[in-house]
Amino acid sequence: MNLWRDIKGTLQAYAVTFSYLFRKPTTIQYPEERRTPAPRYRARMVLTRDPDGGERCVACHLCSAACPVDCISMQAAEAPDGRRYAAWFRINFARCIFCGLCAEACPTLAIQMSPEYEICKRDPLSLVYEKEDLLIGDGGKDNDYNFYRHAGIGVVNPRGGNADEYGPVDPGALVP
Amino acid sequence: MTELLITSILILVKLILVFAAVLGLAAYMVLAERKVLGRMQLRYGPNRVGPFGLMQPMADVIKLLTKEDLVPAKADRIMFLIAPGMASLIALLSFAVVPFSPPITLFGRTIPMVVCDLNIGLLYFLGLSSLAVYSIALGGWASNSKYALLGAIRGLAQLISYELSMGLAVVPVVLTAKSFSLTEIVVSQADWPNMLRHPLAFVIFMISVMAESKRTPFDLPEGENEIVAGYHTEYSGMRFGLFFVGEYINVIILGSMVTVLFLGGWHGPLLPPIVWFSLKVLAVAFCFIWTRGTLPRLRYDQLMHFGWKFLIPVALTNVLITGAVMLAVGP
Repeated sequence: MNLWRDIKGTLQAYAVTFSYLFRKPTTIQYPEERRTPAPRYRARMVLTRDPDGGERCVACHLCSAACPVDCISMQAAEAPDGRRYAAWFRINFARCIFCGLCAEACPTLAIQMSPEYEICKRDPLSLVYEKEDLLIGDGGKDNDYNFYRHAGIGVVNPRGGNADEYGPVDPGALVP
Repeated sequence: MTELLITSILILVKLILVFAAVLGLAAYMVLAERKVLGRMQLRYGPNRVGPFGLMQPMADVIKLLTKEDLVPAKADRIMFLIAPGMASLIALLSFAVVPFSPPITLFGRTIPMVVCDLNIGLLYFLGLSSLAVYSIALGGWASNSKYALLGAIRGLAQLISYELSMGLAVVPVVLTAKSFSLTEIVVSQADWPNMLRHPLAFVIFMISVMAESKRTPFDLPEGENEIVAGYHTEYSGMRFGLFFVGEYINVIILGSMVTVLFLGGWHGPLLPPIVWFSLKVLAVAFCFIWTRGTLPRLRYDQLMHFGWKFLIPVALTNVLITGAVMLAVGP
């Protein structure tokens, strides 16, 4: 009979909620307990460095072009040896939506997302991060990559004519 | 003259005690509900204000008192201002007839542990629970808002429907006790509680009481995901707070009515009567919270069908059968 089924279904629900009373809540009590995000967690952006300490950013503007909320701005400049760098680099985290498109667009792996998620500030202006605030000491997620070793700088000497350049990659070696 | 004075003072003392106990309990019912519901949903519930969140009711009261008391521009002002007060006042008034302990003897005087032992206490309670409809109806009507009006209409229909089955469910109890006085009803349960004597009436009464308290699964007058907050949509500050407190006082009063009518009131082994009474009331209140954590809201037509086509016929049959059995077996 339907009535019997209904009563049983109702009482089963009561048993479930009662048993939940004795389970540990899944809440993380934030200021006291903090979760450790995974290394690939996608929070605040950072600017990373080459293995030999140089800035990776070549001021190509691809990240600011990819940014859907236009929160990245920079000024390109050129070093005496022809290497491009950003004279200033600014990310407005008050506008950033942490979509990760800038990190995807970056050809030199310079701009990356980091696990640092606690960036709440009282004053919106203090969320505007300059290059000094963004630069970190190492290569982030891909420590060994060095863009100019592969690409070369073709201004003072032609490409392939610099002493510290790697030779062309053998495509045969990439075939599995 | 002195006799009258002493009686008046005693009534006043009992009144203040009951008032303080019920209001304090209502404030902590809110906290208990939030905590228990939280644990049922694998959350902690409020635990920031004071140890274990025990100061949360104070924080809530301060917040509600300091909020702006808005009256909508086209509202019926007087009705709008009166309605929330009625909600909690009527809920409080019901406690006058609830006996929470057997009479005690103090300095050679027998003091009944009830504010006013009416010989028609049960009818008084039923009458007051009918009056509770007015606070919803007036609050909803005076707000001049479609959501409030819809909530009020639902509330009216629901309370009137479920009052019938509630009234019918207590008839077997009255037949057993042969009295409308709540004290007499408790005394008649000295051997075993009415819950075991009239289990069907108990179930019907519990369901009707849940509908009467306007809580899930019968919280259609509020129905927050369809009509905003129902009859108290337009209320803010302490006027909303009065509706809110009224609801929790109602939970306590209905819990004590279930205790008095079906769970044997203050009767129980070992512990003092007042402790047994409080424990039973709190157990019923826990059942209310448990239900809220368990069951979803009924649809309006389901509510009406359940009330009119199921509960009332069953309650009527129960009255007939109980009456016939008592007639056959004898008093």
